[in-house]
Amino acid sequence: MLKLSFAGYEALRAHGEETYPHECCGVLLGKAAPDGNHVRQTVRAGNTRTDSAHNRYNIAPEELVRIQRQARGLGFDIVGFYHSHPDHPAQWSATDFAEAHWVGCSYVITAVAAGKAATTNSFLLTGTGEDDKQFIDEPIEIELMQAAVEMQEERGQA
Amino acid sequence: MNIHIPTPLRAFTGGEQTVSVPGATVGEALEQLTGAYPELRQHLFTGDGKLRSFVNLYLNDDDIRYLPQKEATPVEDSDELSVIPSIAGGCRCCCR
Repeated sequence: MLKLSFAGYEALRAHGEETYPHECCGVLLGKAAPDGNHVRQTVRAGNTRTDSAHNRYNIAPEELVRIQRQARGLGFDIVGFYHSHPDHPAQWSATDFAEAHWVGCSYVITAVAAGKAATTNSFLLTGTGEDDKQFIDEPIEIELMQAAVEMQEERGQA
Repeated sequence: MNIHIPTPLRAFTGGEQTVSVPGATVGEALEQLTGAYPELRQHLFTGDGKLRSFVNLYLNDDDIRYLPQKEATPVEDSDELSVIPSIAGGCRCCCR
């Protein structure tokens, strides 16, 4: 199970709407727990596939190095990634699978239909390496307590 | 020097996220790393010893593939080496 805050969930979906008709991408920071990956922060990343950004994404490794450094500073790990599928289902593609190398991490995909975020799904990459890796469907749990706190804070600021 | 291990490879370093190893060059440090954690080798290198195409090694902020001396680049104790598997994909070739 992937756990993330309502704000984090909304943030990654909003990112997909902003970059439509291109794919967005980003990194999920948090901690791995026995019941799944717990996301504490979502970090936007640039899509370097400007040659085919409507159906491909790539995060520059130098940006990943910076994000991994940021995660260490916060006491977090990289626990997953997200990207969008403009006008395509929120299902992993053959390309997504071939390019997935972070075993144990969650890969979140949001379908963005005509500019609006639709379904968001998460897939956990399991296995021990390239030979036996596989994606399995992973439920997403929005942390309602966290959402309630965020709503309370918003009310307080209003 | 310190070598930072990404989450998917920590299963092969006993859960360690950072491993300190001696070595005068990047290559020597990697030898020390894979000597201490032999299971790591197959995840970093192909059978003929080449760095796997999807594995990036950054010495501080520099990709070692683009350093003039590559793995023979000298290192100091204060240098940091990051192992970063690539992140890419997209909806082309879609779907299951």
